[in-house]
Amino acid sequence: MSYFGFLFANLGRKKVRTWLTFLSIVVCFLLFGLLRTVGGMFSGPVSLAGADRLVVSPKYSMVTDPLPVSHTNALRALAGVDGAAHADWFGGNYLDFGLAFPTIPVKPREYFNVYSEFRIAEDELETFENTRTGAVASRGTAERFGWQIGDTIPIVGNIYPKEDGSLLWEFELVGLYDRPNSTAGNFEDFYIHYDYFDEARQHSKGMVGWIMVKVENPDEAALLASEIDALFANSGNPTRTMTENEYNAQFAKQLGDIGMVVNMILTAVFFSILLLVANTMIQSFRERLGDLGVLKALGFSDGRVARMVLYESLVLNVGGAAVGIGLSYALLIGVEPMLANFGAVELTSANLIAGLTIAALLGLLVGAIPAIRAASLPIVDVLRARG
Amino acid sequence: MNQIIDIRGLHKTYHRGGERIAVLDDIDLSVKDGGYLALMGPSGSGKTTLLNMIGGLDVPTKGSVNVCGVNIAELKGRALASWRAQNIGFVFQFYNLMDVLSAQRNVELPLLLTKLSKKERQKRALTALDIVGLANRAKHKPSELSGGQLQRVAIARALVADQRILVCDEPTGDLDRASANQILELMEILNTSHNKTIIMVTHDPEAARHAHECLHLDKGRLRAEADA
Ligand SMILES: Nc1ncnc2c1ncn2[C@@H]1O[C@H](COP(=O)(O)OP(=O)(O)OP(=O)(O)O)[C@@H](O)[C@H]1O
Ligand SMILES: [Mg+2]
Repeated sequence: MSYFGFLFANLGRKKVRTWLTFLSIVVCFLLFGLLRTVGGMFSGPVSLAGADRLVVSPKYSMVTDPLPVSHTNALRALAGVDGAAHADWFGGNYLDFGLAFPTIPVKPREYFNVYSEFRIAEDELETFENTRTGAVASRGTAERFGWQIGDTIPIVGNIYPKEDGSLLWEFELVGLYDRPNSTAGNFEDFYIHYDYFDEARQHSKGMVGWIMVKVENPDEAALLASEIDALFANSGNPTRTMTENEYNAQFAKQLGDIGMVVNMILTAVFFSILLLVANTMIQSFRERLGDLGVLKALGFSDGRVARMVLYESLVLNVGGAAVGIGLSYALLIGVEPMLANFGAVELTSANLIAGLTIAALLGLLVGAIPAIRAASLPIVDVLRARG
Repeated sequence: MNQIIDIRGLHKTYHRGGERIAVLDDIDLSVKDGGYLALMGPSGSGKTTLLNMIGGLDVPTKGSVNVCGVNIAELKGRALASWRAQNIGFVFQFYNLMDVLSAQRNVELPLLLTKLSKKERQKRALTALDIVGLANRAKHKPSELSGGQLQRVAIARALVADQRILVCDEPTGDLDRASANQILELMEILNTSHNKTIIMVTHDPEAARHAHECLHLDKGRLRAEADA
């Protein structure tokens, strides 16, 4: 028998109880692995670039109250506005990847003027302008799907049928753009030509989802925003204008909320597991007072007996955590295609290490009280109580 | 003659609710190497307490307890634990084996404290089981053994690390006559052929007859058999 064998023999004293405890630890860390990984997909850093841009969106709903395209010209005419470009949400699935990237109908030159930090070759932009069924993708997206310029990209719409009722839209890839300091990960925009889109779609013609406005002086952005909203307040299509920073901040706050909810759930889960395992350890300790006293009589020192109790707790917790996180990663690999819409599933070693560290801390915490009590157990009294 | 146990002026006092209870009162006792001593006396007279002093499980209030050449009254904690592991084999009335371990693994327990290899540990445990006549029950769990067999496993555990002294607290107290006699015979063999010094507490005059010497404890004081 090895020392470890002895440890496991002790854990096997009450097999059912040990297994149940082990399984609850496994489930707990399964949850940890799942929530941390999926939660992590939503909490990437959000760029706060673009203090010089305003987002003009419908006051109420982008879906039910889109803006008329004519708002764009009205905005461009305002003092302090350096450019305006409208955009919309096309929706739609690429092959069987689902919503693999956002597809956004734009006026090519206007849009890239407003997003002046995006890099695109002039000749490609020009081709885009002049090709009604043309499209440009980010270099990352093109690499991800192995696209070459000239390829036809089929997208099945789910909001906009064509006039003939067909949902299949095909676009010709005519250019690639680079987005410095992108934080969109795999989820970068795919731009199509608004003119073609608007002409070919069955409904909502002449409408757009939102309008980006480039301001001349970022210091006056807030003022300009309220001017814009005042301008359209009494039109049939009132607006709500924010700086891109505010817009992002609002978005970031929602992501932060998801992260906070995940952490709150995990805290609750860990707290209940802590109570459960602590209860098991204390119960098992009480049942073994006699055994521990005998071990001490045989010459096991106080420290050795305490360590034994502590190791048992560690083996149970860290073992359960390793199995649980392992299972969660296996599960995540299994459902990865379903999550592709939201971004890449990343099984980080940071989460694994964090999980095992939490497990070790849990193990130390729930093992500490029985261990300390085991160390201070008076042999003579224990043996006397045992007869 | 070489005294393996030499106790001088031993006092043990317990305090209970402000009251002082003198459990052992000025005990002098010596046992020579290879001796076999029976301790008798009424319940509560302090027999187990004295045994615990000899075995290094308890510390005296006053006096010296020289066992195997060490005054264990001065040892503490880890030093005392490892001294016990090397010198004393304990045999209890109710065996005190671990339910989760087989006979062989129970016997092997004290060897976990040594530097012996796993193989060597297993071999020694089997040899010890062989000495007590239970080599064929090595894989059995305590729940599968009789009282007499359990006590023999416990004795194997008490000698596996070559301890020089067996400290036995009513080793036959839980056994029928036949099993008790087997245990007593075994202890006699260990005393004569294996040179184990044995200190045995017993209520059984039959058992006491196996010992070389019998002392009586009464209210914490020792008396020789003759005065009884
Ligand atoms: N921890 C303690 N605190 C207070 N009193 C104690 C303690 N341990 C033992 N005693 C008392 O010491 C006395 C001697 O106890 P001990 O167990 O040595 O007797 P014993 O001769 O072995 O009795 P028995 O034959 O019943 O086993 C008893 O009166 C007991 O109540
Ligand atoms: Mg007693």
